[in-house]
Amino acid sequence: MSILAWTIYVSFLGALTVLLLPARGARAPHWAALGTTLLSLGMALAGAAAYSGGGHPTTIVRLDWIKPLGVQYHLAADGVSALLVVLTGIASVAGVLFSWNVEMRAREYFAFYLALLGGVYGVFLSFDLFLLFVFYEMAIVPKYFLIAIWGSTRREYAAMKLVLYSFVGSAAALVGLVAVHVQAAALLGRPTMDLELLSRLDFPVGFQVWAFPLMFVGFGVLAGLWPLHSWAPTGHVAAPTAASMLLAGVVMKLGAYGALRAGAALFPEGLQAWASWAAALGVIGILYGALVALAQRDFKFVIGFSSVSHMGFVILGLATWNVIGLSGAVVQMFSHGVLAGLLFAVVGRMVYDRTHTRDLDELEPMRLRKALPFAAGTFVVAGMASMGLPGFSGFVAELSILRGAWRAAPWAAVGAGIGIVLGAAYLLRVWHKAFYSDGGDAEGGLDAASALPPITWPEKAGAALLAAASLAVGLYPRIVFDLVTPSVKVILGQGGAL
Amino acid sequence: MEFWAHWLWLIPFPPLAAAGALALTSRRRRRRAAVLAVGAMGASAALAFGAFASAAAHWGERAAVGFPWLQFGSRAFYLGWVLDPLSAAMTLMVAVVGLAIFIYSLGYMAEDENFVRFFCFLSLFAAAMLGLVIANSLLLLFICWELVGLTSYLLIGFWYQRPAAAAAAKKAFITTRVGDLGFLLGLVWLANESGSLLFYNGGRGCLEPQTVALLGARGAGIGGLSAAAAIGLLLFCGAVGKSGQLPLHVWLPDAMEGPTPVSALIHAATMVAAGVFLMARVYPLFGSEGASLVPHAMVWVGALTALCGALIAVAQTDIKRILAYSTISQLGYMFLGLGAGGVAVGMFHLTTHAFFKALLFLGAGSVIHACHGEQDIRRMGGVGRFAKVTFAAYAVGAMALAGVPVLFAGFWSKDAILHAAHHWRPSSLPFWLGVSGAVLTAFYMTRQLAYVFFGTYRGEGEPHESPPVMTRPLVFLALMAVFLGFVGTPALDAFGGFLSGERPRFELGALWEGGALQTMGLSTLAVALGFGLGWLLYGGARAAALGAMDPLERLWPGGYRALQNRLYVDEFYGVTVIWAQEAFSKLCAWMDEWIWGGLVAAWSAAAVAFAWLSRLIEEYAINAGFDAGCGGLRRGGRRAASFQDGKLQHYLRGIGVGFAVLALFLLWGR
Repeated sequence: MSILAWTIYVSFLGALTVLLLPARGARAPHWAALGTTLLSLGMALAGAAAYSGGGHPTTIVRLDWIKPLGVQYHLAADGVSALLVVLTGIASVAGVLFSWNVEMRAREYFAFYLALLGGVYGVFLSFDLFLLFVFYEMAIVPKYFLIAIWGSTRREYAAMKLVLYSFVGSAAALVGLVAVHVQAAALLGRPTMDLELLSRLDFPVGFQVWAFPLMFVGFGVLAGLWPLHSWAPTGHVAAPTAASMLLAGVVMKLGAYGALRAGAALFPEGLQAWASWAAALGVIGILYGALVALAQRDFKFVIGFSSVSHMGFVILGLATWNVIGLSGAVVQMFSHGVLAGLLFAVVGRMVYDRTHTRDLDELEPMRLRKALPFAAGTFVVAGMASMGLPGFSGFVAELSILRGAWRAAPWAAVGAGIGIVLGAAYLLRVWHKAFYSDGGDAEGGLDAASALPPITWPEKAGAALLAAASLAVGLYPRIVFDLVTPSVKVILGQGGAL
Repeated sequence: MEFWAHWLWLIPFPPLAAAGALALTSRRRRRRAAVLAVGAMGASAALAFGAFASAAAHWGERAAVGFPWLQFGSRAFYLGWVLDPLSAAMTLMVAVVGLAIFIYSLGYMAEDENFVRFFCFLSLFAAAMLGLVIANSLLLLFICWELVGLTSYLLIGFWYQRPAAAAAAKKAFITTRVGDLGFLLGLVWLANESGSLLFYNGGRGCLEPQTVALLGARGAGIGGLSAAAAIGLLLFCGAVGKSGQLPLHVWLPDAMEGPTPVSALIHAATMVAAGVFLMARVYPLFGSEGASLVPHAMVWVGALTALCGALIAVAQTDIKRILAYSTISQLGYMFLGLGAGGVAVGMFHLTTHAFFKALLFLGAGSVIHACHGEQDIRRMGGVGRFAKVTFAAYAVGAMALAGVPVLFAGFWSKDAILHAAHHWRPSSLPFWLGVSGAVLTAFYMTRQLAYVFFGTYRGEGEPHESPPVMTRPLVFLALMAVFLGFVGTPALDAFGGFLSGERPRFELGALWEGGALQTMGLSTLAVALGFGLGWLLYGGARAAALGAMDPLERLWPGGYRALQNRLYVDEFYGVTVIWAQEAFSKLCAWMDEWIWGGLVAAWSAAAVAFAWLSRLIEEYAINAGFDAGCGGLRRGGRRAASFQDGKLQHYLRGIGVGFAVLALFLLWGR
């Protein structure tokens, strides 16, 4: 159980080690990063398997940090954190595998990459609000460099946009954080930032009603909450493949996780007051993301907007605030983390790095199914999973969210359902355009495509890992729901005694 | 019975395993693929036969299995399977028709380079379809429903290099998914209201009397509907999409772009009938007073589709498209029967139709094979002389479809539907729609037969008969198309008795009771009228070659053209739904670029402006003041420093002056 905390330390240590590697050995940073992430994944799996708190958070370490403020270095985990830590492990291993072709300043690249991961693990394991916030900010900085240095299309603009959005969100959240601190000190008579303690406090309803939106929107920015989502598609597009994978796969979850832990869990009555609004924003995000994805010419933008759409389901699940809907939201975080990673890997690494174009009209004559059958097959699997076909993780997650939404607000379930249909539409569209077109008359495209380098083993391994994760959850959903649901019940205040 | 129910999952398992194995098989191992796929299907058929025998031995009983799949504390999503007459009959039909089509495909796809992939998809389809029919949980049914939709997509687009096939696959998937949205919402609603998605669960299932009464009494909150009616209508949306009913029928004719065995298995015999099966499965839900709206909807949608499908079929020239519209029409009959006469009536037509329509499609495939890939009936003619077995089998299928009296299965099953529609209280219009459809059915089949098999050959090359691997399944299906009818005549309704659990008795008298004979007479008359008109227009050598006008077109050009263009439904959707969706997408994309993007740009512009302002203030106000202060200090320092120049005289002068001032101060101050 306590092994979970080591994911943080190992990642930061790995970042340092990679930096200190000698400049010889072109693949050394890659292997070091792979070793680090694999080790973290192993520890994440072992820790998640060892979790036995019956839904309650189990403390790993608790040290006084800033005593006058009641701030502690407090790491703990419940089922929700454990699942997200496992997700981070899976996504990070896959990300390294899809970065195997990074040559430019590889040591720095992997150092930033691992530092980002350390921050992410830290957020998921922090049970002190201040500590969570510190890790949250730590994760933003390496992201900027990853995009601004190793990115592509309009990378400075995208990196800037991402960081500005994050900081605006953080500023709102910081105000909320200070407010919580003051209010809690007044209620308890001593200062504290302990999330477990705070979530048991009965904050006055009037306070909750204005503090909740600060936290929810502040963290929601990073979850792609409509209409503050617009950093996401540009950021995803500009980022190098592995960074897109982490950005969509894990970093967006930081926002959702923050909105859950520091927003909804602390201020349930605030959420009740704003539930319809939150649900509406979620549904709008679902529909809007899907519609915009339908009208894109850039392959990567399609996936970028699909992330907005899928994260809308998470927002909707949070807004339902019942066991099924909220469990669905957490599983959707996992599912989207894996699938967005897979989709970005196909688009960014398998296709773009080979064809040097993401324009669907240019890809159409290349008949990539013939030239890159593995990429086509992977994209079909990822697409099927992403459009919510049974057998994959997306289906169980979205089904649970719809089920929860129906109890809370049937209209939201109808809207989200329409989003599922649109999801099939945009995925089939790119699927046909990018891979399964007849090629038209342009013979040149075929010639160009026939010279493409074949898919390498790291790509195959990464794709297999992600697809297997989605399939495992889809076929036997209890492996995640049994972890998540008890914790969700505790968060909702329905859990029994420890 | 319990034993068979417990092991029922073994029926879909062999094709599933075969699909998995084929996915990993090299494309060159064609023989192994063939043996695997057909062997698996054969195993399924044998097991299905065992399950059917067990269900028949325990007449009218039911055994169900259920287990939680996804648990949320006290709430859970359950999966499970059920062995009852409905699932036993349907499983046997799917497995047997499937096996015939698998064998036929060995011949039909022999030349295709993706033979292995074809059988992989086809096996996956068979597994999902068998899973669908044994499901004891609406969730499992939905899961399999989506999987058959997926395999249908994959198989329609099997020849994806053809743009038409790729487009048709996409259209089929998305159109049926529009219907599936209703299904999914109905499922979620049902889960919310009843707490269980298991059909039968020892009194607590959602189709058992307790829940049905509860749902029938509870309001839905919309327009005075009961919850059962609202859920039923939502589920019916799914059925409308899958079974190609108006207004979601547009995908089915396009689906004919797939290989012909696929059209036979998926788009004629089994998957498209899944909608009918779904409504038959959940039929108990509509047993309460408050839910009668759902059967009404089925009657009207079914009757209208039956007529429209038949009308459009009249003016098509592609041999498979004619059959596709005919399928749409026949599925309409099934819904009509289901709504007006109950489960047995609809299911009986579903079963007979599966056999004779599979026969027709396989026959059409054989004809296409004979005519070297040609599908346009205007380029055929006289094929009967070259392919005698195909002709005989096809003629049997056509007569079964048209409902030629007494000898053919389609007669008995369609008659049961018309009989039920005749006795339907609310309106007699559906009955007449059905009878008109019957006339048209005979008419378009005559037209097709005349075009394809009679007259002179108008195509290129010489037609030839298909190999035995293709004709033998035809003969088998033709026999079924004849004999299957006798299990459901009014005199001995074994099929209906099997489904309802009553012991059938042989009563010749039933043929004369309740207007049964009148309906039979009327439908015989309709068939004769259709055949007569058809032969009058197209018989002999009157069928028109490509380029010449169709005889019907000469008679009634405007109507013919409207029908030829499928009543412009596709075009209508093009300018409404698709246009709106595209416009909306573009609007959102525009918003994202200009409004949200603009907002970001405005924000950053404001930030930059503020930064500049700060810089100016910094530079000219704060910094300038600081600099000025610093400059003053520096100047003062320099001046002070100039006193300390190291010249003794200056110092002495300073001391002197200081001394004088001090002396003056002391003297004067006192």
